[in-house]
Amino acid sequence: MGALNVLVAVCLCYVAFLFIVAFAAERSALRGNGAWLRSPLVYTLSLSIYCTAWTFYGAVGYAARSGLEYLTIYIGPSLVMIGWWWILRKLVRIGRSQRITSIADLISSRYGKSNTLAIFVTILAVIGTTPYIALQLQSVTLSFNVFAQSQAGADTDVLRETTAFWVALGLALFTILFGTRNLDVNERHHGVVMAIAVEAVVKLFALLAVGVFVVWGLSGGVGNMLDRIETSEIGMWQMQGGRWVSLIFLSAAAFLCLPRMFQVMVVENENEGNLRTASWAFPAYLMLMSLFVVPIAVVGLDVLPKGANPDLFVLTVPLASGQEGLAVISFLGGFSSATSMVIVAAIALSTMVSNHVVMPIWLAVTGHGASFSGDVRKVVILSRRLSIAGVLILGYLYYRLSGGGTALALIGLISFAGVAQFLPALIGGIFWRGATRTGALAGLTVGFVVWTYAMLLPGFGQGTILPTSVFESGPFGIGWLRPQAFFGIQGMDPLVHAILWSISLNSAAFFVASLLSFPNPLERLQGAQFVNVFDHSQNPQSWSGGMAQSEDLMIMAQRILGAREAQRLFEREAKRQGIQGVLPETTPEFLQVLERELAGSVGAATAHAMVGQIVGGASVSVRDLMAVADETAQMMEYSSQLETKSAELTRTARQLRLANEKLMQVSHQKDAFLSQISHELRTPMTSIRAFSEILREGGLSDAEQEKYATVIHSEAIRLTRLLDDLLDLSVLENGQVSLNLRKVQLSDLLDTAISSALSGVQTSLLKIRRDQAQEKYAFTTDPDRLSQVFINLISNAQKYCDGDRPVLRIETMEQDGRLLVDFIDNGSGIPRESQDLIFEKFSRVSPQKAGGAGLGLAICREIMVRLKGEINYLPGQGGAAFRVSLPLRQVNENAE
Amino acid sequence: MKNPGKRVFVERDGYRRRRLLDCLRVLPMLGAFLWALPLLWSSDPQAGVSTADAILYIFAVWCCLVGLGALLSYKVGALQDSDRDSLE
Repeated sequence: MGALNVLVAVCLCYVAFLFIVAFAAERSALRGNGAWLRSPLVYTLSLSIYCTAWTFYGAVGYAARSGLEYLTIYIGPSLVMIGWWWILRKLVRIGRSQRITSIADLISSRYGKSNTLAIFVTILAVIGTTPYIALQLQSVTLSFNVFAQSQAGADTDVLRETTAFWVALGLALFTILFGTRNLDVNERHHGVVMAIAVEAVVKLFALLAVGVFVVWGLSGGVGNMLDRIETSEIGMWQMQGGRWVSLIFLSAAAFLCLPRMFQVMVVENENEGNLRTASWAFPAYLMLMSLFVVPIAVVGLDVLPKGANPDLFVLTVPLASGQEGLAVISFLGGFSSATSMVIVAAIALSTMVSNHVVMPIWLAVTGHGASFSGDVRKVVILSRRLSIAGVLILGYLYYRLSGGGTALALIGLISFAGVAQFLPALIGGIFWRGATRTGALAGLTVGFVVWTYAMLLPGFGQGTILPTSVFESGPFGIGWLRPQAFFGIQGMDPLVHAILWSISLNSAAFFVASLLSFPNPLERLQGAQFVNVFDHSQNPQSWSGGMAQSEDLMIMAQRILGAREAQRLFEREAKRQGIQGVLPETTPEFLQVLERELAGSVGAATAHAMVGQIVGGASVSVRDLMAVADETAQMMEYSSQLETKSAELTRTARQLRLANEKLMQVSHQKDAFLSQISHELRTPMTSIRAFSEILREGGLSDAEQEKYATVIHSEAIRLTRLLDDLLDLSVLENGQVSLNLRKVQLSDLLDTAISSALSGVQTSLLKIRRDQAQEKYAFTTDPDRLSQVFINLISNAQKYCDGDRPVLRIETMEQDGRLLVDFIDNGSGIPRESQDLIFEKFSRVSPQKAGGAGLGLAICREIMVRLKGEINYLPGQGGAAFRVSLPLRQVNENAE
Repeated sequence: MKNPGKRVFVERDGYRRRRLLDCLRVLPMLGAFLWALPLLWSSDPQAGVSTADAILYIFAVWCCLVGLGALLSYKVGALQDSDRDSLE
C-alpha cells in the first residue's frame, strides 16, 4: 500500500496547492492588483479545459485503436480558433454586451428571452454533460486502480467505489467554494480560472514528460521513433474520409457549444484582445497536447502485454519501465484534466440550472416573486450550490449505474454530438436575423430526438435499451427508421450516420420552422441586436417606465446584487440623470441598465421577468414593446411637427424680408418719382413759359407763331395726360369708378385697341400676330376700360420692345372658365428684379426711355381688379409677356 | 497640415488593413483545405502513406497555421490598438 499512500498524499497536496492558488487569485483580484489574472496567457490556458481526461488518457487509447483519427478532436477546435474573426469574435462581443451567463442564456436571449428555450437547452446540456462528468470520475478511478494493481493485496473493488465518491465530493466542495463566491457571473471566477490555468500547465507538462521519456528514453530519438511507428500495427494511414471530416466538424461544433467551453471562452472573457492571442496560442497548445500521443500508443502496444487497456498507456508505460515518479506526474496530469473539466462544467451547468430552472420555479412558487421580501441573493447562491451538488451527484450516479465499462472515446463523442445540436440555433441566431424561437425549438427538438435515437441509445449496445429487432428491421417494422440506417441508406459508419442526420435534420427543421413562423417583437429586436452586434453594442429592448416604482426596484436590486452594489448602481444612475439622492427616475434607459446588471446574476430571462413584475407587466408583454414603439412614434411625430413649424417660420421670415425689401424699393421709387414728376412737370412748364414769353414779345412771322403755339399746345397736352393719369389712378384706387358694362366681342375690342395704340405713331416697326379664329369670345365687360388695358400693353410693346424686328403675339385661350389673353413680345423682357415692381405706381423699368410717368401698368392692374380679373407678368416667354385674365363665365352670368 | 502625399499614405494604410483582415478570414479555410487533403490519400495498407509521414504532414500544417495566426493576430492587434473603429 506504500506507493498508493504516497499517491494519495501527493494528490491531497496537489489539491491543497490548487486551493491555495485559487484563494490567492481571489485575494489579489479583490485587492485590485489582479491584472495578470486577466492576461491572454491565463485566458489561453483556461481554454485548455477542452482537454479533459478523455483527451489525456483517451487520445492514446484512441490512437492505439484507430491510428491518427484522434487528431480530428484537436483539428476542429484549432480551425475554430484560427478562424476567430468569423465566429468567436462575435460571440464574445455579444456575450459582453448582453451580459450572457451561459449558452442557454445566449440562445434564450437571442430568441426573445424565452425561458422555454432556456430550460430546453439547459436540460439538453445536462443530459449531454452528465456522461462526460461520469467519464472524468471513471478516469480518475481507473488511474488509481492502475497504481493499486501494482500493489499486492489492495482491494480494488472498494477502491473503485470510494475513489469516485471522494473525488466527486472534493470537486463539489472546491466548485462550491470558488464557483459561487460571487453571484455576478460577469465578475468572473478568478480563483477557478487561475486554478484551471495551473492545471493546464500541469497536464501539458505531464503529457510532454511522458512523451519525451517515450521518444528519447525508450525509443532512442525521433528517427528511431518514426521507424518504430512505421512498423507498428497503426503504421499505415488508414482513414475513412467520412469519419475524418465528420469528426473534425463535430469537434469544431462541440468546441463552440460545450457549456464549459462557452463558460471559459465567452463568460469568463475579460478582454476581447485575449481572444486574439488565444487564436494562435490555443492551437499551439492543442498541437503540443497531441504531439506525443502516437509515440506513446505505439510504444504501449509494443511494450505492454496484449489486452492491456490502451486508454491507460500514459500511466502504464512509465510504470512498466519502472519510472514511478514519472507515472505520478502523469497521474497528476490526468487528475488535473479530470478535475478542471468537472469544476468548470459544474459551474456552467449550475448557472444554467439555477437561472433557468430553479429561479423561475422559485419565483412562480413564491407568488409575487420579485416583490416577495427576503434576500434573493441567498436564494440564488443556494440554488446554484445545490445545482453544483446535483450535477456532480448525477455524474456520480451515471458512473455507478453504467459500471464504467465503455471505451472513453465513445462516451466523449456521444456527448460531443449531443451538445453539437445547439450549433444551428447558435450560429443561425448570431448570423441570421430571420431565425425565430419556433425554429430554434424545432431544430433542437429534432436534433435531440435523432441524436438520442441514432447515437445515445445504440451507444448502450444492441439489445440493452433498444431491442436487436429495432436495429435489424426498424421500430414496428418500419425499415427506413432503423437507428443506424435512416431512409434505408446502409453501410454508413454509425457515428457518421448519427452526426450527419442529427445535424442536417436539426438544421433543416430550424430553417423551415423559422421561415414559416413569425417572431414576436422582442425576438426581432434581439435578433437585430445579436446579428448587428458590431453596429450598436447596446440593448435595444426597453421598458416604458411610467408605472415602475424606483423604491421597489431598489429593494429587488438590493436582494440580488447586494445592498452596497445596488445602492452604488442606483446612485450612479441618478447622478447620470442629474437627480439629487439615490433614487433615479425609472426611465427606459435606467431599467435597461438595471436589467442587464441583474442578468449577470440571474440570467437575462429571469431578470427581464423580475423587472417586468415590478414595472407593471406581469411578463414580457408585447404591450410593453408597443408602448415603447408608440413612444418612439410620438417622438418622431413631434419632431416632424417641430420641423414643419420651423420650416414655416423660415418661410414667414423670408416673406417678411421680401415684403420689407419691396417696401424699401417702393419708398425709393416714390422719392425717385417725386423728383421725376417735378422734372416731368417742370420740363413742359419751362418750354410753355419760354415760348409764351416769345409770343408775348411779338414780332414773329405767322409760321413761327404757329410753330411756337403748337409746341405750347403739345406740352400742355402732355401735362394734361399726366394729370389725367394721376387722376384716373386715384379714382380707380378709391373704387369710385363706375363700370359701363356691355356685351362685346374680344376680337372687336382687340381691333380697336391695336388701331388706337398704333395710330399716333408714324413709322411703327412693331408687327402684331394674332389668331382671329381663337378670339371668338363674347362676354360682358366695360369695353372702354378693358381696351385701355390692351392699348397700354400694346403701346408698351411698341415703345419698349428692343428686338431687331419687334413682334407682338396676342394669344387667347380659355382655362378653368377664365379667359386668358397673353401679350408676348420678342424683346429682352423685364429683368427679374423689376418684375415684382412693374405694377407699382410710378415704376419705370428704364428711366432713359421715359415715355410716361410709370403709371400705365398700375392703372391696368387697378382696372383689372375692378373687372374681377388679373394682370400678371408671365416670365420665361422669351420676351416681355403679360397675361390678362378675365372670369368668362361670371361675366356671362352677369350678362344674362 | 494636409498635403497630398500624406493622404495617399493614409489610404494605402486603410487598404493594407482590409487585406490583412481578408488574410485573417481566409486562414481557417486554408487550414481546412490542407487538413482535408489526407482524404485523397490511399488507404491501401501496402501502397498507402505511412503514419509517420502523415504525422509529419499534419503537424507541419499545424505549425504553419500557428505561425501565420500569431503573425496576423499581432498585426491586427497593433491595428486595433491604434484605431478601433475602422476595424468594425
